[in-house]
Amino acid sequence: MTPPTSTIATFPAPLTLPLRVLPLAPLSLSMTALTRSIARRHPGLFRRLGPYADRRFILDPTDLPVVIALEPRAGAPRLSVLRGRGEGDARIAGPLAALIGLVHGAYDGDALFFSRDLVIEGDTEAALALRNAVDDAELDLAREVETLSGPLARPLRRLIDLAERRTGAPLSRPDNGLYDDAGEMSQRTEMPQW
Amino acid sequence: MEIVCPAGTPASLRAAVKAGAHTIYCGFADETNARNFPGLNFDRAEMRDGIAFAHARGAKVLVAINTFPRAGGEATWHAAIADAEAAGADAVILADLGLLDRAARHHPGLRRHLSVQAAAANADMINLYADTFGVKRVVLPRVLSVPEIAAINAETQVETEVFVFGGLCVMAEGRCSLSSYATGKSPNMNGVCSPASHVEYVEENGTLDARLGGYTIHRAARGEPAPYPTLCKGCFGAGEKTGHLFEDPVSLNAEQLIPQLEKAGVTALKIEGRQRSSSYVAQVVRNFRAAVDAVAAGRPLPAGMLARLSEGQAGTTGAYRKTWR
Repeated sequence: MTPPTSTIATFPAPLTLPLRVLPLAPLSLSMTALTRSIARRHPGLFRRLGPYADRRFILDPTDLPVVIALEPRAGAPRLSVLRGRGEGDARIAGPLAALIGLVHGAYDGDALFFSRDLVIEGDTEAALALRNAVDDAELDLAREVETLSGPLARPLRRLIDLAERRTGAPLSRPDNGLYDDAGEMSQRTEMPQW
Repeated sequence: MEIVCPAGTPASLRAAVKAGAHTIYCGFADETNARNFPGLNFDRAEMRDGIAFAHARGAKVLVAINTFPRAGGEATWHAAIADAEAAGADAVILADLGLLDRAARHHPGLRRHLSVQAAAANADMINLYADTFGVKRVVLPRVLSVPEIAAINAETQVETEVFVFGGLCVMAEGRCSLSSYATGKSPNMNGVCSPASHVEYVEENGTLDARLGGYTIHRAARGEPAPYPTLCKGCFGAGEKTGHLFEDPVSLNAEQLIPQLEKAGVTALKIEGRQRSSSYVAQVVRNFRAAVDAVAAGRPLPAGMLARLSEGQAGTTGAYRKTWR
């Protein structure tokens, strides 16, 4: 059987140093604020989670020295950045770029699972619900960050675009190229005649 | 030829339409459809909006109500048919005889397709469904060769739809209860083949164990692709031999057979994968739309790019080209 070959970008190891030494509470607070803003703008995401909204998810970027504990809490989410493995109902582990790429619809979750770029452990049902809910929400994290950044929005966006070009990681939702400038579909399909 | 694409969420439906799907199939978020997975499927308002979105862009929507009603619970399935019609569905995909009869009597204006779950694999059976319930299209089981499909089309006026990509069911569909032995649930009754509630993955020292209902059914060493946790593609040991008893963990990819399938009289090509992401839907639809357009224009088929999306990262033409181990 041919071993899978990963094409997922990994986070540069030297840049992970601050996460090893600096306090994580400010990062947890700002990420919770971002997630709550997303919850307000995309309530359908939490509705789609249904009974799994009370689970605790450990998102484990394997190229970072931290994990992220996500508690959706019925639309009032909390996000904690932790050192160590963290405890939760379900663990979704993979390179940071894979996890962000899933959010942005750049990658297919099952394909990442087949190639072993993504590992799911614990409550598989809850992990699937989260993946499906996030996929349906069509999030663009770069845009969500911009929304919260006031006058810093434009320089921050330029920084994100630069990081995206340099790392190859899908840090924003890719343009699918199917729409023209007016936002209309460039190619309409012909309805089947039956 | 018509491309029929899966949508597990409204986002996937939009992705399929944008990528050039002629037709999209989807289901309600309950046990009435055979992809009853957590976080998946459509509520009534989403179905109505999704159908309107598709119609505005020249695409049709089929609603799959393709499980078999529980005794005493039929009202859920009856409501699904009525709500699909009210939402503007172009057709419903049914498998159960009782539901087909009900749809024909109470919703005569709603087009009826026969689900693959009905396992109609010969012309006599298909014609009986057409004569009795007014079925206009049949989704053929994935156990037929291309010449067998041609033979069926020669003897029926019912349109045929065949799977060309995605998960490969190797059993007589609609009759497989294999997973119920490990989980107590089956795709026919509960809409799930390997219910996620019974699936567990454990990775230790690079080896990934897939367990279903507590039974280890596959073990992938470091570097090996991971399969879906389905019993029919499990790797089992008996005596000194270890192997895939029923089928290797591979995906169906019949892209290169599109010209032959067209010659065999097939009306529509179906892509499996309502449980997959909008990214998968967009990539596969774009690929197959390009292939179908190329065949229609008499151009050579474009090279496929779909291996990474496939289970086991490998493709097979399944029963369309029958071979033996």
